Amino acid sequence: MAQSNKYRTGDQVKVRVDSPSHHYRTPTYIQGKTGVVVAICGRYRNPESLGHGGDGMPEQLLYRVAFAQNSVWDRYQGPSGDKILVDIYEHWLDPVGV
Amino acid sequence: MSESHDGEHVHPESGEELSLYARRAQAIEALLVEKGVCSTGEVDRMMNMVESRSPSDGAKVVAHAWSDPEFKARLLADPRSALTEIGYSLPDTTPHLAVVENTEQVHHMVVCTLCSCYPRALLGRPPDWYKSFAYRSRAVVDPRGVMREFGLELADSVEVQVLDSTADLRYLVLPRRPTGTENLSEAELAKLVSRDCMIGVTDPHVPEGVAAS
Amino acid sequence: MPKPHDMGGEPNDEPIDQSDHQKMDWEMRADALHQVLGQKGIRRTDEMRRAMESLDPDLYRSLSYYERWTAALELLMVEKGFLTSDEIDRKVTQLNQGAN
Repeated sequence: MAQSNKYRTGDQVKVRVDSPSHHYRTPTYIQGKTGVVVAICGRYRNPESLGHGGDGMPEQLLYRVAFAQNSVWDRYQGPSGDKILVDIYEHWLDPVGV
Repeated sequence: MSESHDGEHVHPESGEELSLYARRAQAIEALLVEKGVCSTGEVDRMMNMVESRSPSDGAKVVAHAWSDPEFKARLLADPRSALTEIGYSLPDTTPHLAVVENTEQVHHMVVCTLCSCYPRALLGRPPDWYKSFAYRSRAVVDPRGVMREFGLELADSVEVQVLDSTADLRYLVLPRRPTGTENLSEAELAKLVSRDCMIGVTDPHVPEGVAAS
Repeated sequence: MPKPHDMGGEPNDEPIDQSDHQKMDWEMRADALHQVLGQKGIRRTDEMRRAMESLDPDLYRSLSYYERWTAALELLMVEKGFLTSDEIDRKVTQLNQGAN
């Protein structure tokens, strides 16, 4: 129950690069990118299990991670402050600069 | 066609050719009913329930948040319980809702690149464009270009934050209250709040003569 | 190699078509049937997503929204043993005959 969050808001994280054959919810465009945790959205049953008839356990922490748009796209046209925010489960994130 | 909205739908004349998938959908429903998995009445009732939800629900919530700063704070912090206060009790099966506020500094815009996640409880069914491949592809990489198509040109000093609702949350944008609307009632304010500004592709539109100068 | 649904940032120059098509009766019923089956715990959102993602990429890209839902629902109902494809084929024939 007292499972602790691996990351806190403000932590830098890097999204894992993977394309498992099962269902997953981490878009390809954000994989391998580094961002900052801006919110902890709670624990949810794991869609990678739910999508295949599993019970979704153990639940996964879901983080809202902000990425600078110009670090995600070479071709981004907008100002450097623009961001993209993606909800990503904990097991898809690695720590940065620890 | 452009006048059409979600409340209208088409009953094909009998004998008119239905697409392959339309027929398969009908066949699946008929078989599930024959087998007692569900009933026609349940599907009818659900259809009416889905039809009863529309962006005017979201607009009322936004107008209330504009009029009552304390409610707005509660709506941003805990949407489910704030909505219950004003008579929108969401069933437990409804996906979790998050409300994000547009300000002078930050403008949010919502997309679901992987499918079509959308705050249906407050906005009804998503519009076709929200589910289109063009929007799903472009919204994350060219949000300002997309907004320009919807008539919104944002200054470079405004930070654009695109939200890709990939997981368990559904996002509702709380737009900025237009200037000059201080004297409007909540009902009048709600009329300014379009579906598209609660997705964040545009801002509320104030018709000539409505705002105080 | 991304699956067909994973399209964020894909090169796309098309303007956003902002018109909304009139919903056909079958589309509204398909939408409602999905919600009913969801409430009964017969199909989950993530299963539907997984089934849609498993469609042939060309098929995924060529079907309309509710056609994709229908293809995915058929996959799931067969997989879970509620229906067979033969049964659905026969019912389709029967419905087509009834309409003529």
